[in-house]
Amino acid sequence: MLLFVQFLINGILVGGIYALIALSIVLIYKSTRVFNFAIGEMMAIGAFILYTFLATVKFSLWIALPMTVISTLIIGFFIERLALRPLIGQPILIAIMATIALSLIFKGIVFFAWGSPIICYPERILPGEATMVGKLFLSNELICTFLITISVFISMSLFFRFIKTGLFMRATAEGHDLAQASGINVERIFAVSWAIAAMIAAFGGIMLGIRFGIGIGTLPLVAIKAFPAVLFGGLESVLGAVIGGLIVGILESFVGGYIDPKFSEITPYIILLLILLFRPEGLFGLKRIERI
Amino acid sequence: MFRPCGLFDETYAKNIAIVRTRQHWILIIIGLFIFLTFPLYLSGRILHFINLLGITLIAVQGLNILTGFTGQISLGQSAFVCVGAYTSALLTVHLNFSFFLALPCAAIITAVIGTIFGAPAMRIKGFYLAMATLAAQFLIPWMVTNVRTDLTGGSQAMHVPAPSIGGFVFNDQQSIFYIIIPITCLSIFLIRNLTRSRVGLAFLAIRDNDLAAETMGINLTKYKLLAFFICSFYAGVAGSLWAHWMRAISPDQFNLMESVWYLGMIIVGGMGSVIGVVYGVLFIKVFDISIILIGPRLTSFLPPQLAQDTAAGLAPFTFGMIILVFLIFEPRGLAHRWEIIKGYFRLWPFKY
Repeated sequence: MLLFVQFLINGILVGGIYALIALSIVLIYKSTRVFNFAIGEMMAIGAFILYTFLATVKFSLWIALPMTVISTLIIGFFIERLALRPLIGQPILIAIMATIALSLIFKGIVFFAWGSPIICYPERILPGEATMVGKLFLSNELICTFLITISVFISMSLFFRFIKTGLFMRATAEGHDLAQASGINVERIFAVSWAIAAMIAAFGGIMLGIRFGIGIGTLPLVAIKAFPAVLFGGLESVLGAVIGGLIVGILESFVGGYIDPKFSEITPYIILLLILLFRPEGLFGLKRIERI
Repeated sequence: MFRPCGLFDETYAKNIAIVRTRQHWILIIIGLFIFLTFPLYLSGRILHFINLLGITLIAVQGLNILTGFTGQISLGQSAFVCVGAYTSALLTVHLNFSFFLALPCAAIITAVIGTIFGAPAMRIKGFYLAMATLAAQFLIPWMVTNVRTDLTGGSQAMHVPAPSIGGFVFNDQQSIFYIIIPITCLSIFLIRNLTRSRVGLAFLAIRDNDLAAETMGINLTKYKLLAFFICSFYAGVAGSLWAHWMRAISPDQFNLMESVWYLGMIIVGGMGSVIGVVYGVLFIKVFDISIILIGPRLTSFLPPQLAQDTAAGLAPFTFGMIILVFLIFEPRGLAHRWEIIKGYFRLWPFKY
């Protein structure tokens, strides 16, 4: 029973990371209808930027973190402006290939700037040690990730409900033409979505970096495991992304614990195939009705 | 297809001919003759590269049927090449099949497995299908690594015998050239003819608008699965050739990156163009090899560790840039650009 609870809690905490990545993907998909395959590399870039500010420039964490946020916002903005905007209105394959191309470019940039080895942050960034609740082991960085995921989720919900730009984004998600007709600058909304998503991705990258070390070889592979989470929840749903991330994390943890650790690597992909076979639109996604 | 004015077809046979004029015939025969004598005077390294081109070309032609013609995105072509390679290897190593029997068997088994992974295509399309094939890309190499490792050797390299017929063994680049290249030529010819048939036109209709295609009486399920079947059949052929050409295969030769390269080749060459795929494969492979050759020299002025990392980053960076530039400025690829250039010189110095 104790083992069961431990696996469940581990799953929820790891699922928090997936949920964070899924939130970033959903944010972009919701407003621009582009699925971001470059998410893994964007995470790595964010994590590496924080590393540079901490280790090379030697800022304190409280200066380095806002600087990282600002840099990733700018990067996200430029991604949209330079790569995605010329491709608005193109078929879906073009958008997918564009984000894959972006991921390759970022991979090259990481190799140029930071090299291939896996590096760790210079000091313990997160306060405190791992928490023991009774006999349950709660790893510190996972709790932090989980809290960040929850706060990102809450602030995104509030943002979509009360802030003007958030409302514009929801309107854009409903239909680009209609949104434009009612006076929304759709292109600016796209840019804002990419900027915020790049920031969330950077948070995910930093959290994974604290846990596993930052390396261009490992981070993108974790990001791909968040894809089933996105599909599970439904592509357009913020709540779905969080729930999907948690469920994928929990299932992975149970499979790894009870069946075979090796098997847990591919659990997310099996979940992915099952979702696609039985409920492609996900839990909270919208079924699209198509007209010619 | 562009055709200069004043050029008319007088018979039906002429209308459907692939090679249209006598000059073309003469050029093709001379070209093929020169091409087939390559092994007599080219060095092993260049032949190695040409053989690699041939195998890649088969895999990418298959992917082009699925992605370029039918409009279904596949991120898993390299995994299906993996299935073909391992099926062929297992058949020859453990069941003592001859290569010439293992090749069609591997192709058909791969085609069946590819169709199974394509089965979600009956309900989903576009981006969701990219996800299903992405899952295949991770599941298949994982299975090779972890299931029945006594047969496949797991993550270790599996050794494959060279093809042999009678007492003759095709164990160097010169001799295996005569296996790979005829199969490549035949596969391109078959694809070219397929795309002009009813099946090929149905694929195009599905790509352009699947709902409209269905209302016009095209059985979507049948043709989508057929596209998957053909695509993975070609992947199986390419995989079998790869196994018996490399002679040592391991699951990490067939990673996600390889699938992305295949898609990139289609984008660069021109989606939905048979000859475009040839340009694309040639362009990307020549580019790749020159980066590998030139990269270390370009970065040799840097300190060693930095130089190594920069050289490693050069390939993904430039490849990503090429895809992005082609997507933004020439989404119809090299094939279209080549037609424009030809059209320009046909009337030069006049504008039209």
